[in-house]
Amino acid sequence: MAIAKRPPPGLFKLSSNAWTQPFWDATARHVLLVARCAGCGHCRMPPTPFCPVCQSQAINWKPVSGRGEVYSYTVVERAILPDMEAHLPYVPAVITLEGGGGVRLISNVVDTEVGTIRVGLPVQLVWDDLPGGAVALPRFRPLAQP
Amino acid sequence: MRDRTAIVGLGATPYYRRGASAPQTLEELVGKSILGAVDDAGLHVREIDGFAYFAGGFDTSMLIETLGIPEIRFTATLTGTGGGSAGAIGLAAAAIVSGQAEVVVCVGANQQGAQRYGSITAAYPATPENAFFSASGLVGPGHMFALLARRHMHLYGTTRDDFAEVAMSTRANAVTNPNATLRRPMTREDYFNAPMLADPHCLFDFCLENDGAVAVIVTSLERARDLRHKPVRVLAGNHGGGQDWGRSIYWMNMPDASFASSGHAAVAKRLFAAADVQPEDIDTAQIYDHFTSQVIMQLEDYGFCEKGEGGAFVRSGAIRLKGGSLPVNTDGGQLSCAYVWGMTHVREAVEQLRGTAVNQVPGAQLALVTGGPSIVPVSGLILAN
Repeated sequence: MAIAKRPPPGLFKLSSNAWTQPFWDATARHVLLVARCAGCGHCRMPPTPFCPVCQSQAINWKPVSGRGEVYSYTVVERAILPDMEAHLPYVPAVITLEGGGGVRLISNVVDTEVGTIRVGLPVQLVWDDLPGGAVALPRFRPLAQP
Repeated sequence: MRDRTAIVGLGATPYYRRGASAPQTLEELVGKSILGAVDDAGLHVREIDGFAYFAGGFDTSMLIETLGIPEIRFTATLTGTGGGSAGAIGLAAAAIVSGQAEVVVCVGANQQGAQRYGSITAAYPATPENAFFSASGLVGPGHMFALLARRHMHLYGTTRDDFAEVAMSTRANAVTNPNATLRRPMTREDYFNAPMLADPHCLFDFCLENDGAVAVIVTSLERARDLRHKPVRVLAGNHGGGQDWGRSIYWMNMPDASFASSGHAAVAKRLFAAADVQPEDIDTAQIYDHFTSQVIMQLEDYGFCEKGEGGAFVRSGAIRLKGGSLPVNTDGGQLSCAYVWGMTHVREAVEQLRGTAVNQVPGAQLALVTGGPSIVPVSGLILAN
């Protein structure tokens, strides 16, 4: 079986605005934040200018543990772009964040046998620092058994 | 709007393999399909006075200059992407019923020589929103919809054999269609031997990559009665969608009840009500098949079976042309005939209701067409003869 790799780094180009910048700033400190409405407590991701429940613009950023579980995933096994070839297979996954009020993050499961990945798999955060150190990318590994 | 307008003309370029329409330009393909459609209707291109588009549309100012259309009274496009392919007909009907235009063109076209849609997401400019998925390596819709397919399998026990049945039944229709891109019969073995692209989606779960254009002419039912063909009546054409779907594959935070769906449920309900028909009344359905798994989820969302039972529904043979209760994608669909932004489905529905389809459903009177499961809006169309 194959180990889940990381997708080509060139696919990510950071673009941010006033609402998403706090999330990315925190990644440099290896802190994973969820946008939590200061008015009603509803969590939303990605961060947007209004709470869809109460329309408040106030956010209390909530740090989360980095634990979560795989909500769904796909195994990319074929290069659609030439850059992908050296990075196969990789596993894009939707991760439900523990303590995140139900929000999900689009990320990857990495560094584990592809065949062991399943829906509901408990996972934990691992940070990938990008060159320059201004931003890190959250990825996930199977939760280490105690 | 019910039963006030009709599709009266149909035009299409050949369905080219990706890149094979060169050196024709995209605007040229669009123009050829429009000229074909007005000719088919028995109209002159000078009589066109409206354009109703989807997915960004085309440049109306250039088209009227190029084709020699004296005056345009209505030119509008639905927001969103391929979700609007069926709903653009409804937009045309709205323009006609409200008296803003009389002869309206709906047209879809694509050329994939330079940009393949399979990796189109990676070609989008960086935005604050797509920074939240670009790093994950989801470079195209086929990757993203694979996540929905996996969730559907997890929740409902849907299997790759169910996806295979969609691929094989659609191919069986293409075999007898001279316009179809892929005409070799597909066996279960062929399906399971195909390369895996984004598990659980293999090569045959993905639609084709083509160049081509398809246009239709919509006018009032009154005027339609004087034209060349028996009118194909527009019973309803609706678009929209819920917050629970929203940006869908670019968001992935849909509530669990909607995640493993096509996002069409809300539009489907309004569409059937507006047309005043029931799912069981539909004789043939042309369902936007960018991915086999999304055909299954649309069958559920349009009420042809219960939520979660789409796999069992297709496994029963229900969507087969021969012996099925609901023949689906009778031209071979986007999976095996051609991909032209969903407009091949409009064409096939019109041909079925004219009684001129290559794979004619005997006595077909009511046809459903769906737009692409994509971001809101999605759309649907019910036509009658």
